[in-house]
Amino acid sequence: MSKLIDGSESSLRAFLDNLPGVDKVGAESRAAMLGTRSIKTKSKARAIDLAIRMVDLTTLEGADTPGKVRSLCAKALRPDPTDPSVPHVGAICVYNDMVKVARDYLDSIGGNSIPVAAVSTAFPSGRASMDVKLRDTKDAIDAGAAEIDMVIDRGAFLSGKFGLVFDEIESIKELCGDKAHLKVILETGELATYDNVRKASYLAMLAGADFIKTSTGKVTPAATPPVVLVMLEAVRDFYALTGKRIGVKPAGGIRTTKDAIKQLVLVNETAGPDWLSPDLFRIGASALLNDLLLQRMKLRNGRYSSANYVTVD
Amino acid sequence: MSADIFEYSPAPESRAVVKLQNDYGHFINGKWVAPLSKKKFASINPATEEILAKVSQGSAADIDKAVKAARIAYNKVWSKTKPRERSKYLFRIARLIQERSREFAVLETLDNGKPIRETRDVDIPLAAAHFFYHAGWADKLEYAGYGENPKAYGVVAQIIPWNFPLLMLAWKVAPALATGNTVVLKPAETTPLTALLFAEICQQAELPAGVVNIVTGDGQTGADLVNHKDIDKVAFTGSTEVGKLIANSIAGRGIPATLELGGKGANIVFDDAPIDEAVEGIINGIFFNQGHVCCAGSRLLLQESIVDDFINKLQSRMSKIRVGDPLDKNTDLGAINSAAQLSKIRELSDSGTKEGANIWSAPCSLPSKGFWFPPTIFTGVTQAHRIAREEIFGPVLSVLTFRTPQEALEKANNTPFGLSAGIWTDKGSKILWAAQELKAGVIWANTFNKFDPASPFGGYKESGWGREGGRHGLAAYIKGAK
Amino acid sequence: MRIDVMKTYKLFIGGAFPRSESGRSYELKDKKGEFIANPALASRKDLRDAVVAAKAAFSGWSHATAYNRGQILYRMAEMLEGRSAQFISEIKALEGVTEAAARKQVQDSIDLWVWYAGWTDKISTTAGGTNPIAGPYYNFTMPEPLGVIGVIADEKESLLGLTRGLAPVIASGNTAVLIASEVRPLPAISLAEVIATSDLPAGVVNILTGSKSELIPWLASHMEVDGIDISGAEKKSDVEIKKAGVENLKRIHRFGKEESLKRILSFMEYKTVWHPIGI
Repeated sequence: MSKLIDGSESSLRAFLDNLPGVDKVGAESRAAMLGTRSIKTKSKARAIDLAIRMVDLTTLEGADTPGKVRSLCAKALRPDPTDPSVPHVGAICVYNDMVKVARDYLDSIGGNSIPVAAVSTAFPSGRASMDVKLRDTKDAIDAGAAEIDMVIDRGAFLSGKFGLVFDEIESIKELCGDKAHLKVILETGELATYDNVRKASYLAMLAGADFIKTSTGKVTPAATPPVVLVMLEAVRDFYALTGKRIGVKPAGGIRTTKDAIKQLVLVNETAGPDWLSPDLFRIGASALLNDLLLQRMKLRNGRYSSANYVTVD
Repeated sequence: MSADIFEYSPAPESRAVVKLQNDYGHFINGKWVAPLSKKKFASINPATEEILAKVSQGSAADIDKAVKAARIAYNKVWSKTKPRERSKYLFRIARLIQERSREFAVLETLDNGKPIRETRDVDIPLAAAHFFYHAGWADKLEYAGYGENPKAYGVVAQIIPWNFPLLMLAWKVAPALATGNTVVLKPAETTPLTALLFAEICQQAELPAGVVNIVTGDGQTGADLVNHKDIDKVAFTGSTEVGKLIANSIAGRGIPATLELGGKGANIVFDDAPIDEAVEGIINGIFFNQGHVCCAGSRLLLQESIVDDFINKLQSRMSKIRVGDPLDKNTDLGAINSAAQLSKIRELSDSGTKEGANIWSAPCSLPSKGFWFPPTIFTGVTQAHRIAREEIFGPVLSVLTFRTPQEALEKANNTPFGLSAGIWTDKGSKILWAAQELKAGVIWANTFNKFDPASPFGGYKESGWGREGGRHGLAAYIKGAK
Repeated sequence: MRIDVMKTYKLFIGGAFPRSESGRSYELKDKKGEFIANPALASRKDLRDAVVAAKAAFSGWSHATAYNRGQILYRMAEMLEGRSAQFISEIKALEGVTEAAARKQVQDSIDLWVWYAGWTDKISTTAGGTNPIAGPYYNFTMPEPLGVIGVIADEKESLLGLTRGLAPVIASGNTAVLIASEVRPLPAISLAEVIATSDLPAGVVNILTGSKSELIPWLASHMEVDGIDISGAEKKSDVEIKKAGVENLKRIHRFGKEESLKRILSFMEYKTVWHPIGI
């Protein structure tokens, strides 16, 4: 990163302010056009399985209990108990005090290859002291989280304190070390403009993010196609600048197979096929998994299925 | 992570919705009539070279019959039809096109070669919108700024091109009817089928007989129509070459003409453009509709300071263009409309290479049958190259550079054409300055190839006379209006 | 002998058909003095709710494309055409006119919806434009809808009268609260059924039946109402209405039977924008 910025706030600001603008109408119409791609038959079947492997199966409720989390983990490993050909999901995503429950349970049922991701840094608001945010993260890593989904300080970003936002990400990344990969949640719904989404994407990548993530899922709009398009353009261009591939995770509002496939098409035609892997693209979702399973069943059996034939988690 | 991890399987739109006849006559006086001449010619699918149907070669006698029908319909019926009733006929037509939109879209794709996504999402909806918009003017002409009681011309002769067959029909027929004229329309030789289907719409709408008449044929049929003694006005969209022939033949006859001719649009990208959207805009500007667009952004004027990065992005984006079966919903670039057009494109493209420009075509596999040309870009082009001056009318982009805004404008205006231009910059005042200086009838800022029935369209200089669409477009069909 | 199912005539607010929150109704008799129905007698709270619904619908409706609004108004004409018989019989019963006269009124109403449907995408072309400033500035003026407009329906022509008021108001993107004729409310309520099947978003038009003298003062003083078409009110109450509307400078207008661009523009505002021209 040293050739892009020199470590000073002014250099960071100059870099971010110098990025080309995003024309809202143009970006939305490109995303909409890609949404008209018709993905059928064999390519649809492959897309569904790929999407399943990319799901970060998530529960982030105040009412979460160990029982709920274990149930989710079982589903993550064996989404369809009647069909062993269904792949397991990309990760489990929980609050940090549920990480141990998830990790222990997954290990006990043969789910060692499924990482546990924890949200941290005073998720979802990000409104707490740096000490609290660091402790939050440390707790998760100590409990076995291999992925940390942190939130940026949107208040700081919107009031122009780019250096503050940068430093926070850098500190969390340092804490993660090589124990956990870091996803940085931009909360695009609060950033309000595509220009800001582009700037925040670059800021996060410059500060060390392994993944940039759209949303906490607690605010709408969340992972709309044009927002994901702008983030995919950012990782594509960042790779051209630095040789480093950063992942993208849309989260929130992706409920149906159709939505998920639209996301995959965006990836395919923006960042490119190299990003079509759970290593570089994840989908934060809960209800989506069942719709993927229903669509998968329809492709296999030739008839529309029903909610009775998928499990609740 | 292999490149074919996400190959899109074929997703063809079904042809079943279209019911083609083996051959067609003309549509005169509200009925299908057998042609007076026995000559027929085939309309083929340019993607496969299959024959779709045979249509009639209209003779001078067929034209005469049509003009007579239009004249009687004007005198006895249409000029006496109350404006509110005229309006309701046009609303009916708009709705009927919407109801049968899938049928029209598939037929247009088969006959023209353009992708189904474009006919479905652009051509047909815009055609319906054009009738809808003009339906609303029919009974409000006193508000249009042409006097309290604007009058129609009478019988209007209309000749349309093959690049947007149904849409060009809508651009001609809707305003003509709204203002009270009757019409004899000659569709393009290679794309008559959606016009012939439109005749069915006229019948379903119960449009009075003779208000719209359709005679198919080639250039000779068009000439017979233009030269007919009893027409009151000519409207033509097509090449500048033929436009000049028409202007010649009406000179001194007291008949006005609206001409919508060729272009060599400059798409200007400044260094402060929203780059990703500008790339999309350039792509759309020249590859939309296979480049068969009079207002295509066929010259990219790129600020020299951002050349390398921009060209890289452009080529990378071009590599994602899907060329192939126009009926496949995922196809971006369809077939070239005819063997003749393909040969013109090749000739000019070869000239580019011969004259020293650098050619790059997106790697793609082209079908063995049909007429195809890959998306192509020439860099190192200067004003002196033929590919910078002559209209190619194909998916070929010529890239020139500029150093300052003034130089960009100078180069953009340095052409006998003046139909369209594009401006890409995030700076508002620069957009307005460039728009002020550009000698083009349609200027797109931070977008391109956008059309709306409310927006007047037409060119300066050799790109033609008059405007279509909007309040200004009504003037073409109101007697004495400008 | 078959017993008809009698219709209950309710209010139309926010796309739904509630009874009056006051639970009241009033007796409606036809020209011969026979009982027809008990339409709802709207209260000031119903009016308050209608204004809330109209306000909520304004952003979406005014931001819809003019083309979309035109399509929806045309769809209303399509639906109205299909229900002509219902309206003809209501007009005959309430106005005591002949079948032919009732049919003419219905057809004129349908044609008027079509006329205004065709206006939506021509307003800014005819009433807006660029202004030649003596300096390097691009300057344009465009008309914009106001917000929530009250429409007081004509007492005489029970369908055509209210169409003359309502159509131009919503064509431009305003939303409306319509106070129906007291003695001839049925076409207004049937119109609500037409609206409910026309893709017109909920809350764009809200229809209240009841006592004009009870409702109009509340409409006239409501600070969230931006304008009122008082053509259907009694002339003697004009001054009172205008004075009540002074507090938020409501745009209050009375028209005759005219059908014109002026009726559209009367409930619009002109916005002028400047921008420098230069590199």
